[in-house]
Amino acid sequence: MISVYYKELKNFLSSLTGYIAIIIFLVVCSLFVWVITENNLFNYNYASIAQLFDIAPLVFIILIPGITMNAFAEEKQNGTIEFLTTKPLSDFQIISGKYLAAMTIVFLAILPTLIYYYSVYQLGSPKGNIDTGAVIGSYVGLFLLAGIFAAIGMFMSILTSNQIAAFILTAFACFFFYWIFDFISELPAFYGKVDDIIKGIGIDYHYTNISRGRIDTRDVVYFLSMILFFLWLTYVTLDKRKW
Amino acid sequence: MSIVVNNLTKRYNDQLALDDISFEAQHGQITGLVGPNGAGKSTTMKILTCFIPATSGEARVCGKDVNDDSIDLRQQIGYLPEHNPLYKSMYVREYLNFVCKIHQIKDAKSAISRVIEKVGLTEERHKKINQLSKGYKQRVGIAQALIHDPKVLILDEPISGLDPNQLEEIRMLISGLKEDKTIIFSSHILQEVESICDKIVILNKGKIAADDMLANLKSKGIQELIEVEFLMPVEKSTLLSSFQEIGVESISKTQFILTPKTESDIRGDIFDFAVKHNNKLIGLQKRKSSLENVFKNVTKSQDN
Repeated sequence: MISVYYKELKNFLSSLTGYIAIIIFLVVCSLFVWVITENNLFNYNYASIAQLFDIAPLVFIILIPGITMNAFAEEKQNGTIEFLTTKPLSDFQIISGKYLAAMTIVFLAILPTLIYYYSVYQLGSPKGNIDTGAVIGSYVGLFLLAGIFAAIGMFMSILTSNQIAAFILTAFACFFFYWIFDFISELPAFYGKVDDIIKGIGIDYHYTNISRGRIDTRDVVYFLSMILFFLWLTYVTLDKRKW
Repeated sequence: MSIVVNNLTKRYNDQLALDDISFEAQHGQITGLVGPNGAGKSTTMKILTCFIPATSGEARVCGKDVNDDSIDLRQQIGYLPEHNPLYKSMYVREYLNFVCKIHQIKDAKSAISRVIEKVGLTEERHKKINQLSKGYKQRVGIAQALIHDPKVLILDEPISGLDPNQLEEIRMLISGLKEDKTIIFSSHILQEVESICDKIVILNKGKIAADDMLANLKSKGIQELIEVEFLMPVEKSTLLSSFQEIGVESISKTQFILTPKTESDIRGDIFDFAVKHNNKLIGLQKRKSSLENVFKNVTKSQDN
């Protein structure tokens, strides 16, 4: 597993696309937090970086498919999947190695945003006037959200041997699971009846809870089970070798 | 028996790729899998290397079924897939190091140096894989299959597309490995196989057309042929009636290939035949049919 993990990480860090994805992620996030939108940090006048956690899902929809699209699609296109799966590696080792590598890249992309926290911490009046606990909770939520998106990305990447197709499918599936259930729950047919349940299937509902900094076990269980579900689908697809 | 295949069948949707094939490959021998394109050579290899499951039947490598304990089994197989897939953005040493890690080889450094020397990559060892020529890429692929010193080596078309010198080198390399390994080797070109294999399995349309030691196949299939060319047209029936125990194949009205069924040399008789019929002999040559004929015969007879 470690060997696959290192190989993936190296592969990502030696390609230009990887850096471009990370840089664009950081630039877009910074712009939204500090410059554009009416309630950017300077206009808002509150010592919080909630803007980051509001915009992150949207940016993740572009960033994470970019990271995960290579995972299996590239291997399938080059035929190296045959190399990898005939070596003494279990399917579990291959998937977990690739998944952890993708999550490491996401972690590296998120890491520089700690500067926002530090800046607000310094700029606060009085200094340090920021709800650190809430920020930690929000970061946990952000990471879990990335976890679901990356798991979806793994699954979409194994369905096709075309990286672009993997990218688009992942972006769409992330969008779908994030927002669609929220919209559906507001339809008059469901309103006041099962709207809570439908809302609960979508990611938005749980992410909004957690990004306020309140880590609820129900939300954590939701995130972890979604991650495991998509990784399991990936496992089943790889195990069947039907492509 | 290192490799035993029993009644193996593989179906891709409605296409039958392997139809109930059985063969064996022994330790210390090179077994050649030969057949026209689409005969099922790669499919057989993919099943043996645990890449795809068979529809029915059994494949055993080193006494173990490929479906059970396949991780442990894969540790003992060295496999060069068709088209030689490589991580092209990696450096040669980096790639081999990755393979070492997968196989949990402790002394990776010396294993890499050893295999690089063995396959003749010494001068190219610092290059990126995508900078290598096809022949050298092929060597990287073979190095990858050899690095953990596997008991079983499965090579899918390892020498296709190489230049004659490289071909000879890779051939020598593979022949030199057979002492303590079981090697299965596939090709659609017979000469390649003829020069290094001990045993040949000819596949055609998913079925086994022939399975024998190379020497036996040769003695069975090889015979003397006499190519004759007359100046003026000759009827095939006249030839047949003038000579006993002979097979005649007409190429044109004046050209024939005669296959004598007895050992005696009939070239003198052919000359007399021409004189007797007021004809002139302008070509008369004796040659031996090659393994190619065996191949043609067995694959054709199955088609009919």
